Amino acid sequence: MIRAVNIKKSFGDVEVLKGISTVFEKGKTNLIIGRSGAGKTVFLKILVSLLEPTEGEIWYDDVNITQLNKRQLIDVRKQIGMLFQGSALFDSMTVEENIRFPLDMFTKMTKKEKEMRVDERIEVVNLEGSNNKYPGEISGGMQKRVGIARAIVLNPKYLFCDEPNSGLDPKTSLVIDELIQEITQVNQMTTIINTHDMNSVMEIGANINFLHLGKLAWKGNKNMVLESDNELLQDFIFASPFLQRLRKRALGK
Amino acid sequence: MIYSLFYHLGRYVSLLRLMISKPEKWSMYWKETMRQMNDIGIGSLVIVCLIALFIGAVSAVQFAYQLKDAPVPMYYTGYIVRDMTIIELAPTITCLVLAGKVGSNIAAEIGGMRQKEQIDALEIMGVNTASYLVLPKLLAALIVIPMLVAIAAFVSIVGGYLASVPTGMVTDSEYVLGLRSFFLPYNVFMMFVKAVSFGFILTSVSCYQGFFVKGGSIELGRASTNAVVVSDVMILLADYVITLSLT
Repeated sequence: MIRAVNIKKSFGDVEVLKGISTVFEKGKTNLIIGRSGAGKTVFLKILVSLLEPTEGEIWYDDVNITQLNKRQLIDVRKQIGMLFQGSALFDSMTVEENIRFPLDMFTKMTKKEKEMRVDERIEVVNLEGSNNKYPGEISGGMQKRVGIARAIVLNPKYLFCDEPNSGLDPKTSLVIDELIQEITQVNQMTTIINTHDMNSVMEIGANINFLHLGKLAWKGNKNMVLESDNELLQDFIFASPFLQRLRKRALGK
Repeated sequence: MIYSLFYHLGRYVSLLRLMISKPEKWSMYWKETMRQMNDIGIGSLVIVCLIALFIGAVSAVQFAYQLKDAPVPMYYTGYIVRDMTIIELAPTITCLVLAGKVGSNIAAEIGGMRQKEQIDALEIMGVNTASYLVLPKLLAALIVIPMLVAIAAFVSIVGGYLASVPTGMVTDSEYVLGLRSFFLPYNVFMMFVKAVSFGFILTSVSCYQGFFVKGGSIELGRASTNAVVVSDVMILLADYVITLSLT
C-alpha cells in the first residue's frame, strides 16, 4: 500500500499540487487520471521520489520515503518497478539484455538462473522469439511489453506506469492494460497507473484518483464513474457529444 | 555571467562528487568501461593517426624549408619534429580532435538517455546514475587517451620522415640523427601528464553537458556543441598552465 499525505508541490510561484491525500491499495490497479496540466506526472514523480514534495509525506507501507536519505532511498527503489511513457529501454541492449539488466546489476544469481527468470518474464509479456532484437527493431506495443518485463523482473512490491497506452492503438492498449492488471493481481503488487486513456479507466480502474488543477477532485472505481454527479469528472471522461449520448443511454435518460 | 560560471562549476563538482561511490556491481562497471575503451580507443584510432601523420609531415616540410638557408644543421628538422610532437602537438591536437569526436558523442549519448527517460529508469532501479554513466567513461578515457597520444606522437614522427626524407629535403641519416639528439625522457612524462589531464577534461565536461540536458533536440544539439567548445577552451587553458608548471 502507498499513502500520500497532503502532498504539495510548487515550482517557483506556481503551485502545481495543492495538498493531495490518497491511498493506493495493494493488489489493485490504482489509476491517476486528469486533464493535461492537472499535475499527474508531477504527482507520479513525487510518488517514485524522482521529485521532492514542497510539503507532505509519502508512505510505502510503514516507511515514510520523504524522510529517507539517498542511500536508504536506493534500497527502497529496489522494490519499485516502473514503466515509462516512452518505455525508456536502453538502445544499445537487446530485449533480453534490457530485461536482464536489473538482475545483472543487483543480484548474485547465476547465469542460468538469470536466463530462466528472463525467459519467464518474456513469456508473461508474450514476447517469445524477440530476445535478440534491439528496441529500434520492435513496435511501440512490444517496447511497452519489454518495459513491463524489465519493471517486474526483480519481483517489485510497487509498480508504476506512466501513460502505458500513449501512442498505442486501442486493441494494443487493451492488451497492455490486461497484462498490467493480471501481473498486479497475481503478484499482489501496489500498482499505480498514470493515464488519460478512457478505455483504461473503464476497463481496469479499480481505484481511480481524478486530479483537477492540482487537487484530488474525485475518487472511486470504474463502476462509480458512470453514475457520479461530479461535473468535472463527467466533462473529462465523457468529453465528446458521442460519449455523452452513450452515457445518457446507459443511465436510461 | 559570474553567477552562471559558479552555478555550472558547482554542478560540475557535485556531479564528480556523486560519481565517486562504491559501484553497485563491479562487473557491470568493468563491462561498461571495456565498451567505452573500445568506443573511444578503437573508434578514434584512424582519425587520430590520420591527423598525426599529416601534422608530422607538414611540420617536417615546414622546418626543412625554414632551415634550408639558416646556419642551423639540417638534422635539427628531426629533433624539432620529435620534441614539438611529443611536448605539444600530439597531446593537444589529439585531445582537441577527441573533444570533437568523443566529447560530442558522449554528450549526445548521455543527453539522449536523459531525454528518453533512460536516466530516470536507472535511478528508479536504484542505480547511482552519476557513477554508472560517468565513471566508466572517465576511466576508459584516462586509460585509452594517453595510449592514443603516444601512438599519435609516433605516427607524427613517422609522418615527418615520410614527408621530408623521400622528397630529399633531409637525408635519412640527418632525420634519424635529429630524432636521437638532445632527447629528454622528461618530455615524454610531460606528454602523458597533458594526455591524462586533457582526457579528464574532455570526458568530464562532455558528461556534464549531457547529464543535465533539458528540453528537446535543439537543447541536445546545443549541449553537444557546448561539450566541444568548453572542452577545447579548457584544454587550451590547461595546456598553458601545465606547460608553465612543468617547464
